Amino acid sequence: MTTRYSFGGDEHLFVECDEAMSLDAFFKSLSMTNAIRDADIKGVTEICPANASFQIKFDPDVIKPNDILKEVQAIESAAANTEPVIKTRIIEIPVFYQDPWTHETLMRFRERHQDPTATDLEYAARINGLADVDAFVKAHSGSPWFVSMVGFVAGLPFMYQMVERAKQLQVPKYLRPRTDTPKLTIGHGGCFSCIYSVRGAGGYQMFGITPMPIFDPEQKIGYLRDFMVFFRPGDIVKFKPIDKAAYEQAVADVDAGRFAPLMRDVTFDFREFQKDMTGYNARLEGALS
Amino acid sequence: MTIKVLHPGLSTTVQDLGRPGYFHLGIPIGGAMDRLALRAANMLVGNDEGAACLEAVFIGPQLEFTRAGRIAITGAEMPIKLDGEEQPGWTSLEVKAGQVLSFDYLKSGARIYIAAAGGIDVPSALGSRSTYPIGALGGFKGRAIAAGDELPVGKAADGKVGASVPETLRRKPGHPAELRVLPGLYWHRILPESQQSFFADQWKVAPEADRMGYRFRGGQALKFVEREQPFGAGSDPSNIVDSCYPYGSIQVPGGKEPIILHRDAVSGGGYFMVGTVISADMDLIGQLQPNMPTRFVEIDMDGALAARAERKTLLQKIRAALT
Repeated sequence: MTTRYSFGGDEHLFVECDEAMSLDAFFKSLSMTNAIRDADIKGVTEICPANASFQIKFDPDVIKPNDILKEVQAIESAAANTEPVIKTRIIEIPVFYQDPWTHETLMRFRERHQDPTATDLEYAARINGLADVDAFVKAHSGSPWFVSMVGFVAGLPFMYQMVERAKQLQVPKYLRPRTDTPKLTIGHGGCFSCIYSVRGAGGYQMFGITPMPIFDPEQKIGYLRDFMVFFRPGDIVKFKPIDKAAYEQAVADVDAGRFAPLMRDVTFDFREFQKDMTGYNARLEGALS
Repeated sequence: MTIKVLHPGLSTTVQDLGRPGYFHLGIPIGGAMDRLALRAANMLVGNDEGAACLEAVFIGPQLEFTRAGRIAITGAEMPIKLDGEEQPGWTSLEVKAGQVLSFDYLKSGARIYIAAAGGIDVPSALGSRSTYPIGALGGFKGRAIAAGDELPVGKAADGKVGASVPETLRRKPGHPAELRVLPGLYWHRILPESQQSFFADQWKVAPEADRMGYRFRGGQALKFVEREQPFGAGSDPSNIVDSCYPYGSIQVPGGKEPIILHRDAVSGGGYFMVGTVISADMDLIGQLQPNMPTRFVEIDMDGALAARAERKTLLQKIRAALT
């Protein structure tokens, strides 16, 4: 892993922790952005973590580009000696896999897909060498995911599964992007899953839908009243498969203002995690029960 | 006072200087594409420089004023009419109750800014009145204005009619437009011959040009340094592991058509970028029409900072001319 620094014009410092995606690169990016936030450097206006890289926006009238570069490089050196531990939250996201809405949408855009004769889930199961859709859903919902980036558009989380590289689920994006995706679709492209925060265009494979809103510009939904965007980089997500009845109940609960996401504060220790991923994940998930 | 929308134009939105601080959650800064023009319009009517104005692209709206007040229109060259009578741009104008503001066809540039004394007084969302339509956030009900809307205007400060920004202080793109670019980000991914052709070729603005980004065509496709694609990056040589996108960054999907991200940028994605348009030239992009010939001009960091200082001086000169 080699860290690479580059300027994005006169207002951005771009830092690539690694060219390739890995939990190590993501954790380094997250730790460094946390440290930069704590350092409270004058002239820094935005800190944006991404999957294996991050970006700092700064005001060059306040801090010279070379000075921000030096500050961040110093933080990188110091970060190498700090404990790889973060405080974060684990959240259970209910998912109605193979729901009728994403199914209707994927059927409408079949000619843009690699395999027009199968559904997105059937295709994903096959190319990942899994026996069937149920086995794929089991793998997708069986281990938790790190929110490795929030963005593209308002509040959309990109997630990377907390399993070794050999077990990562990988699916290409649609051959040509769709012009429509239902709001709250669970999508997947490359090695990343996402939740579409708003309805719109999209190229990720569609697996299901969650009843839990994650972006509310009007801030009327109880748990989004304090802030309109639900996710933060570093959140840990566990998907829970639900059926149609449970989905409809959850939607009714959201509408009635009764729905509260199941979530707990947790401490994540990257060293402990690396020693025994399965065991560590099970302990993390224990916080939800 | 309120402004009644008789005809909205093509896409007219409420904009100010934007909402910094939420890009890490996918909410872009937004705000006027041409910030200098918005500041000047506000100064002309006695507003704070960052007050909310209307930004109209290519086609002007038709607006009726319910009360007397002051307005100013800056930015693109688009003949201005009050009850059918032509009025000067970049000048503070008096409007009477019931008068109708309209526009003729665009002559040059792309976006006009309409300031009303008191500012467009829609509710502030995350610290800004700018419209972010994808997130249905800010502006007038989170969307472009439509016929029948009634836009609230705040309480006007004192000001005088007839003030004007001198012609020499109105910044416009040249012909061809020249945008200064600091190479970087994933510049090393393309071959030296492509690094050379990117700056040597003449490009032109494609029809896909909006507040999110401006696409360009006409130059040679870029050739990539061969490599085995990193894990998670995707199979196309122009793909990277999804990263953040700086404002002004130039991505080139498939190596073919450069796209410069602007104020309503997506915050990240999986395409490599060759560099970034410097902050001093972002306003100019907001005044480019489709088919406008454009050159990318290489600049280093010292040059970028000097251009930034020069733009600041220009703003100071406008302030001095109007106060």
